Amino acid sequence: MLSRESSATLMSAITAFLYREARLQDEHQYEAWEKLWTDDGVYWVPANGADIDPERQMSIIYDNRSRIALRVRQLMTGKHFTQTPQSNLRRLISNIELMDEQPDDGDIAVASNSLIFESSLRDDTLWAARNEYRLRHVDGELRMAGKKVILVNNDKAIYTLSFLV
Amino acid sequence: MNMMTGVSPWERLIRPDRVHGSLYTDPDVFEAELKNIWYRTWVYVGHESEVPNANDYVVKSIGPQSVIMTRDEQGKVNLLLNRCSHRGNQVCSFERGNARSFTCPFHSWTFANDGRLVGYAFPDGYEGQDKSQLALGRVTSVESYRGFVFGSFAAEGPTLKEHLGGAAETIDRLVRSSPEGEVEITAGFLKHRVKANWKFILENECDGYHPAFVHTSIFGVADSMIGKLYGGASTALTRDYGNGHTEIDLRPEFRKRDAPMSWFGTSEERLPDYTARMKTAYGDTAARQIMIDGTPHVMIFPNLFIAEIQMFVIQPLGVDDSVQHVTALQFKGAPDLNRRLRQQTMGSVGPAGFLLADDSEMYERCHRGVLARNPEWIFLGRGEKRQRQDELGFTVGHVTDEVPSRGIWTHYRKLMEPA
Repeated sequence: MLSRESSATLMSAITAFLYREARLQDEHQYEAWEKLWTDDGVYWVPANGADIDPERQMSIIYDNRSRIALRVRQLMTGKHFTQTPQSNLRRLISNIELMDEQPDDGDIAVASNSLIFESSLRDDTLWAARNEYRLRHVDGELRMAGKKVILVNNDKAIYTLSFLV
Repeated sequence: MNMMTGVSPWERLIRPDRVHGSLYTDPDVFEAELKNIWYRTWVYVGHESEVPNANDYVVKSIGPQSVIMTRDEQGKVNLLLNRCSHRGNQVCSFERGNARSFTCPFHSWTFANDGRLVGYAFPDGYEGQDKSQLALGRVTSVESYRGFVFGSFAAEGPTLKEHLGGAAETIDRLVRSSPEGEVEITAGFLKHRVKANWKFILENECDGYHPAFVHTSIFGVADSMIGKLYGGASTALTRDYGNGHTEIDLRPEFRKRDAPMSWFGTSEERLPDYTARMKTAYGDTAARQIMIDGTPHVMIFPNLFIAEIQMFVIQPLGVDDSVQHVTALQFKGAPDLNRRLRQQTMGSVGPAGFLLADDSEMYERCHRGVLARNPEWIFLGRGEKRQRQDELGFTVGHVTDEVPSRGIWTHYRKLMEPA
C-alpha cells in the first residue's frame, strides 16, 4: 500500500492526466493525444457488452499502437469527411477511482465515467461510457498503455463515432 | 395508375437514367416499400451457423419487425415473429440464447421454439379453445442457400433460387474460399445507425465511383491497394444480375496481379496453413485460382451485402432511419485467415470504421441534400452509353459506372407497381 500522502499525490496526477486527455480529445488535438500513448498502447471500444473477447468478437474499435497512429493520420488529412467539419465536443469525466495501485504488471488501473455531448452535422448526440485505463510512468510522465471505453449502449445500433472517444 | 395519362406514379418517378428525390424522403413511399418489398419478397434474415445447436435462437429482423430465428429440436430452422399471439407482447427479450420455449412475461403464454402454443396460465378460462389456432406468427416462406437463410411473407411467387438467379453464383464463389466450402457467422455484429434512407446504403454498396473520393483519407495514409481498383484505368466491372442484385467484379484486376491472396493484401507465404488446406481441398490449380480471384463484392437485393471480407445486413426502421449490421465473414477450416478477416473488418467498418464512418456521412448528407427540391432528380446516367452484355447476358459496365443503381431501380419499379 502507498502511504495516504503518496496515494493522494498519485490520484491528483491521474486526475490531471485524465482531464488533459479529455481536453485534447474535445479540441481535436490529435497529435498531442497520440503522444499520451505508450509504445504498446491498446485502444479498445467493445461492442455488445463489456467482457467480450476482442480476439474473437467484433469491437467498435480495437486498435493496437500502429492502428492508433493510422486513426490519427486519417483524422489529420482533413479529408476524413465524417470529421470535416469536426464535431463540436465537450465531455465530463467523473467518478475517477484508483482500482489497483500496484498491479502485477506495474501499470496503474484507473476507472472513470464519461459523458460526452457531440454536436455534428447530423444532430446532437449524447454518449455515455465507463472508461478503464491502464496508466504507466514513462520517463517521469504518466502515459496510457490501455484505454477501454465501454459505451453504455454498445449493444444497440449507434451512430457514427468518428471523434476520439 | 393515372387514368388520364395511363402512366403509373412509379413510372413517372423512376426513369431509365434518373430517379425522383422524393423516393428517398417520402414517408408514404417508405410505407409502400414495407408492403411491396420487405413484406412481400425474399429478405435475408440470418445464417444457419448462428444457431448451430438444437434449441439455439438469435433475434433478427425483417425491416422494423423483430424475428426470432430458432433451430428446433428436430434441427429445423424457423423464423418466428416476436409477438405473443395473445396481446402482442414481445415473447423474447434477449438477443440470443438456447431455449426450448419462450414464455411471454405478460400472461405466461408459452410457445415451443417451432412456434406452437404449448400452454397458457389458468387454462380453465379457455375451455374448448384450439391451441393450434394461436401459434406464434411465422415468416411464411423460409429457404436457405449455402447456409444463408432468407424469409418471405409471400405464400406464392419465385423460389429463393429463382430470386437469386445469376447472383447465386457469387455465393457459390464466396463459400469456395473456405477449404470446407462453408461460411460461418460467429464474430458478433456491429450495429451502425444512420439518419438516412436505406436506399442510399443499398446503392452505395456497388457504387464504384465514390471510393477514390470518399475514402481518399484512408487510402492516402494506409498504403492501401484498394484505391487503384476503383480508378479510371481499372479493368474491374460493375454488373447487374437482374432482380435487383448487383456486383462489383474485381476479378479482372486480381487476375492481372496473378498473385494468390493479393485480393486481401496478403500472400500465400503469410497464410501457410490456409494455403495448404485450400490445396488439399481443391487441388493446386483450382485452389490457386480461387485464391487469386478472391471473394465477391455483391449486393443481394434488398439487404444482404457481401463485401469481400465482411457481411452487411441493411435494416430499414423508418424513412430516414436505417441500421447496418456488420460482421467479419469467417471461413470454416481457415483459422489463420479468419483472424485477419476480423482485424481488417474491425478497422474498416462499423461506427468508427476507417471506411464506413465516411460512407455513413455521405448517406446522411445525401438524405439532407435531397430535401432540396431542385433539381428534382438523382442523375444515374454514368456509363449508360458504354454498358454492354457479358457472356452470360448480364449488363456490365466500367467499375465506376452506375450500372448497379440502374439495375436496382428497374427491379424496384417492378415491385412497386401494382401487378
